[in-house]
Amino acid sequence: MSQTTNGPDNGPGNELDNGAYRTSLGASVDWGLLALILPTLAALTQPVGTLNGETLSWFGGSMAPMFLIGVVLTVVGGRTAPSRRKGAWVELAGVVMAWLLPLHLLNEGVDLSAGWGVWLFLIAAILLLWRVLGALSAAPGWTRSVVVPGLFGLGLLVAWEVLVRGFQVPAILLPAPSRIAGALAQHAPVLWDDFGQTVLTSVVRGYVMGCGAGFAVAILADRVPFLARGLLPLGNLASAIPVVGIAPIMVMWFGFDWPSKAAVIVVMTFFPMLINTLAGLASAERIQLDLMRSYGAGYGRTLVKLRLPNALPFLFNGLKINSTLALIGAIVAEFFGTPVVGMGFRISTEVARMNLDIVWATITVAALTGSGFYGGLALLERATTAWHPSMRQR
Amino acid sequence: MHSPSPPHASGATVRQAPAAPIVQAKNLSLIYPTADGKPVTALSEVSLTIAKGDFVSLIGPSGCGKTTLLRVIADLERPTAGTITVEGLTPEQARLKRLYGYVFQAPALYPWRTVERNVMLPLEIMGLSRAERQARAREELGRVGLAGFERKFPWQLSGGMQQRASIARALALKPDLLLMDEPFGALDEITRDHLNLHLTQLWRGTGKTCVFVTHSIAEAVFLSTRIVVMSPRPGRILDVIDCDLPRERTLDIRESPEFAAIAHRVRDGLKEGHSYDD
Repeated sequence: MSQTTNGPDNGPGNELDNGAYRTSLGASVDWGLLALILPTLAALTQPVGTLNGETLSWFGGSMAPMFLIGVVLTVVGGRTAPSRRKGAWVELAGVVMAWLLPLHLLNEGVDLSAGWGVWLFLIAAILLLWRVLGALSAAPGWTRSVVVPGLFGLGLLVAWEVLVRGFQVPAILLPAPSRIAGALAQHAPVLWDDFGQTVLTSVVRGYVMGCGAGFAVAILADRVPFLARGLLPLGNLASAIPVVGIAPIMVMWFGFDWPSKAAVIVVMTFFPMLINTLAGLASAERIQLDLMRSYGAGYGRTLVKLRLPNALPFLFNGLKINSTLALIGAIVAEFFGTPVVGMGFRISTEVARMNLDIVWATITVAALTGSGFYGGLALLERATTAWHPSMRQR
Repeated sequence: MHSPSPPHASGATVRQAPAAPIVQAKNLSLIYPTADGKPVTALSEVSLTIAKGDFVSLIGPSGCGKTTLLRVIADLERPTAGTITVEGLTPEQARLKRLYGYVFQAPALYPWRTVERNVMLPLEIMGLSRAERQARAREELGRVGLAGFERKFPWQLSGGMQQRASIARALALKPDLLLMDEPFGALDEITRDHLNLHLTQLWRGTGKTCVFVTHSIAEAVFLSTRIVVMSPRPGRILDVIDCDLPRERTLDIRESPEFAAIAHRVRDGLKEGHSYDD
């Protein structure tokens, strides 16, 4: 009886299913290719740009045909590759080649702002990248979790570069990423000093004080119910306070150096930590608490063995929210008075002097710091709360 | 081995066996205040004596106070009137001395601990050495058939295995008294039969006293030496039925006429309770 319902029947059935799956995938791939070919054909009818005031066509003496042929070869190679994933890597080379074309033409001194041939060609390249990412995101492990988002971000950066340079956007409005990278390298010592003042001094100290105080008061408020009742409405009030309002006051109270920035950060981070910790402590289930009671465990044991581990996902939530709040708080507070160093100070003074490159470089440092801080906490969270339903690996 | 017994045992115990009572409750009442001003009577004048080595089932419909009675024995609730002793002590003293093991309706395993570390939890609180904790956890997990699952997390186990792990956790305290609150209520019938057989063998093998809350007649008759039939509104004891099947039981016993006769008596008792309802 069990033999007829189990083993032999399932085998052929699965193979049939797989076969049907392959056929439908093959059919959809052709449609994708067609969508690529149409803009490419349209692109060939348009000029690639203007050189010395004269319109330059695809076959007007530039190297453009070489790029075109290269891309076509990779697409053909991708179609004939032994597996979809290997094909995707070959097609990725085609995407790179397509995006090198405008950079090459720009270096030759070609004006791309009227070169619709190039822009249509790039649209086709974006569709090709779409196909590549679609295929790669089906792959397990690092390819999906690191390579795909990495390629996505890189694609955005390259598009930014090409659009800004191709349409000659003034650097004062929006510099190209390469120019920002240049400014980063050129002003590295200044940026490092700013980073040290703002992040390593103000943010770290303010963050530790704010989160630590929020956590400690939450533990206290958990034992003293009227504290929780009194403080929670204040939390709503505090979250509505504008940073630009309290920052100048804190500068008056605590002076120009880091203590005033740390104070602003404490005001911003204290209540999110308090509220999240209280919610976490309240999240232990009755049955889990009864269990501890049945063991004759007192308040302290119950806190350490049950309630705090159980609250970890909430604690990390608070820490992650605060990581971005702290950085914003420090930078904004520096607008209102600081020793002549710091990321907020740099932005406010260099904007006034129209040195937008340094401003963008500082913004980049801030963005990288913020996401690094957040990402680090997220990794730590994954390591310590792997048991939580939202983190469990299937 | 155990503390001196109280001076006099109640009638039921004298008839049952000469063993000393491990739980003795007299005229227990528990009334909850509620928000709408109408207090709920969860227990009303409940008197019960449980002798050492007994397997006592509390059976009755929902709301009859069977879980409340178990929680009063465990000092998870305080009675509003009446007296109760556990091993001659107040329930609070018994709880603080960790004289009982409690198995809840749900496994209540902590998901951040492995199965083994869950079983070690009460032992950590008792302050046993690491080696001792590990030895006991291994022993009890082996006893409930979970050897080899020490390093798994609870959520990687099936519901039946989780509940077995929670039984191992209760046994790790090495209590004389095991309090079980519908431990198999959420499991499918096949798993439940299997665990019932396992439990009756465990009880016979260890000589512990068990108090077992259930609303399954078959489960109660199969496991118990005595069955306490309870009735709701207000929660009270209707009948205490001796279940004098041989102590060594297999699942086949459920087909015997003796089994059917006792089950019939339990069912009659439950019906009597329901006649008070509309």
